[in-house]
Amino acid sequence: MITRRKDEVTGTDTTGHEWDGIEELDTPMPRWWLWVFLATIVWSVGYWILMPAWPMISDYSRGLFGYSQRATVAEDIRRAHESQGAIVAKIAAAPLEEIRTDPELLAFAVGAGRSAFAVNCSPCHGSGAAGAKGYPNLNDDDWLWGGTLAEIEKTIRFGIRSGHAEARMNDMPAFVQSGLLTPAQANDAAAYVLSLSAPATDARAVARGREVFAQNCVACHGENGRGNPELGAPNLADAIWLYGGDKASIVASISGGRRGVMPTWDGRLDAEVIKELTVYVHALGGGQ
Amino acid sequence: MAQSDQALKKAADEDAAVETVDVVAVNARARRSLYEKREKIYPKKAVGRFRRIKWGVMAVTLAIYYVAPWLRWDRGPGLPDQAILIDLPARRFYFFFIEIWPEEVYFLTGLLILAALALFLVTSLAGRVWCGYTCPQTVWTDLFIAVERMIEGERLQRMRLDAAPWTMGKVARKAIKHAVWLLIAVATGGAWVFYYADAPTLAGQLARFDAPMVAYAFIGLFTFTTYMLGGIAREQVCIYMCPWPRIQGALQDEDSLIVSYHPARGEPRGPHKRGAAWEGHGHCIDCNQCVAVCPMGIDIRDGQQMECISCALCIDACDSVMDKIDLPRGLIGYDTLAGLERQRTDEKPKVRLLRPRTIVYGAALALVAGIMVVALATRSLLEIGVERDRNPLFVMLSDGSIRNAYTVKIRNKQHEERTYRLTVRGPAGAVVSASEGARNGEAPLLTTPPDQVRSYRILVTVPAGTMHDKEADMTFLLTDITDGTTARYETEFRGPKR
Repeated sequence: MITRRKDEVTGTDTTGHEWDGIEELDTPMPRWWLWVFLATIVWSVGYWILMPAWPMISDYSRGLFGYSQRATVAEDIRRAHESQGAIVAKIAAAPLEEIRTDPELLAFAVGAGRSAFAVNCSPCHGSGAAGAKGYPNLNDDDWLWGGTLAEIEKTIRFGIRSGHAEARMNDMPAFVQSGLLTPAQANDAAAYVLSLSAPATDARAVARGREVFAQNCVACHGENGRGNPELGAPNLADAIWLYGGDKASIVASISGGRRGVMPTWDGRLDAEVIKELTVYVHALGGGQ
Repeated sequence: MAQSDQALKKAADEDAAVETVDVVAVNARARRSLYEKREKIYPKKAVGRFRRIKWGVMAVTLAIYYVAPWLRWDRGPGLPDQAILIDLPARRFYFFFIEIWPEEVYFLTGLLILAALALFLVTSLAGRVWCGYTCPQTVWTDLFIAVERMIEGERLQRMRLDAAPWTMGKVARKAIKHAVWLLIAVATGGAWVFYYADAPTLAGQLARFDAPMVAYAFIGLFTFTTYMLGGIAREQVCIYMCPWPRIQGALQDEDSLIVSYHPARGEPRGPHKRGAAWEGHGHCIDCNQCVAVCPMGIDIRDGQQMECISCALCIDACDSVMDKIDLPRGLIGYDTLAGLERQRTDEKPKVRLLRPRTIVYGAALALVAGIMVVALATRSLLEIGVERDRNPLFVMLSDGSIRNAYTVKIRNKQHEERTYRLTVRGPAGAVVSASEGARNGEAPLLTTPPDQVRSYRILVTVPAGTMHDKEADMTFLLTDITDGTTARYETEFRGPKR
């Protein structure tokens, strides 16, 4: 049974509830609180009219101010592009070597290149440009097609076997699969290639392999197996192996050939972005 | 509570020189109820030496607050010449000859600890002098009350004005008072923003109404708080909002100075006829002047209480009365709880400044101050930070050598450009080079502009076959080629698993 009564001490009504002798005062809301509450109601009506507020079947009420977060972001991006306009124009106009030697341009190009790399290049080359099997590590000093600024830019622009008319092209044949070599010859050639960078274990196989190499491989890889960046032929005498440096991997490369592909970015990225990427890759540490 | 108008000016018996004020200590604990509505206090003007000290303190503290941002300090070209400046966009704090970078915020922490300890020491010695004299709440409230008194008159006139119906004259007086209050409040907020930007520039912008929005927002905020806290809320802030009165109770002891009524001398209190004998009569003539001047609405004769901010105005009020009735001053005065007890038991007064509490606070204060001074004096003007590339952890080069890349940050706190030589100590044969820098095997020279941080991409290469573990300790050593100052950073060099 609810019995409201007046509390003598405070002169305020109780709520009428009682819990084991404990009663609660029905103290009215403070007046300032009430006014703030009413003000928020008035405010909300104004807000509905001025700002986007109500969802409708296919649209929403736009509000008289026409405010939109999407438009704000677009405006912010436009302003950011505008503020970078001057330096981007400088990069577009400057030769690559000048970008590399000017600290201001270099800092901007490396920063911009890093973000362009993360979006476009990292799926294959990795976020740190460390590559993977079949995808070159861009941090090291070993370059299939040359590590100068100009060569790096050309590779990014036209790609390798990308289908672009100016794409870099070469051919590592599938020697065994096409019947040019027997599996035993491929094995010997692999033994010889390994002996270029590590002590040989089977001298007779190496001798046989040298023969096979001289007849089939020197045209591209050179007499000492040091490769040829003009043909994209890798250096076989160094410590870096794109497809693995163990014997089985080398035999597999000889038997089945290798045809790595790098897409063309010409027309897909702005010329200045390609320049920024070039400088970024060059600055990773291996640039020549 | 109704304070009857007619009874206000009741004379104290024949002793016409001292009026007895009909006043109730509205915030005395005995009559304060949580359910009571706030009762307005009409503090009477006090005259005397403590009032003069308070005017002086008010003048000095307000002058410091308003003038400090206008002081200039030459730091050289390209740097702000404002003596005290909190430069948020550039992340610098300038204080005369001191310049603090964001990572040195511990100096600020130290300063706050120092301030807290100083407050502890002062409170344990002299009680709530901070509250009574220098707290901004006290200073601005005092100022606002002075303005109120100037426009609406003394205590009695103010009470009559509030009770009177709303005539044109009343509206005018009230309007002028609030206008002056707002003006003071705006000036307070205005001065605040000058600490965050070049004061003359910002003042010009404010005058032309083209200052940054945030400046107006903060002026508005501080105008609002100054007006509300100093004009409207007043003693309510000290009693209900401020935690400091509660904390101070723990810092004081029976030998700390408090503003106190001497009951041994004053009691039994009561009205006294001029010329009558004082035998059997305390020196308190119950004139209530001490209550009338109190801005907190309490009766000091109730003893030590949390609501008392120790502003000492009741001392002035009582001393004036004692002068008039030819009794010695000091019925209300600064004393300690121990002193009051000694007076009750007729012991000799004794001052105890050296107590475990004051010794501990003093020692802690000296220690922190010493640490701060040493830290400031030995503050390094060159710092190096190194981040090792983690992706990739290391790079093997075609000749089998191992290379690690590092981002090296140089903080040049000199006010001029400096060039540094970067070398490493660690794995045998390690060669340092800057990415895109010269590759001649010599230690790279890095140039950092004045008062700035610069990042450099640094490559360290170790020849093939010299790494015997997958990691080795390595130390970067940075040497200023101008004066030989060095900074070092310990990191590591990573290679393939063995």
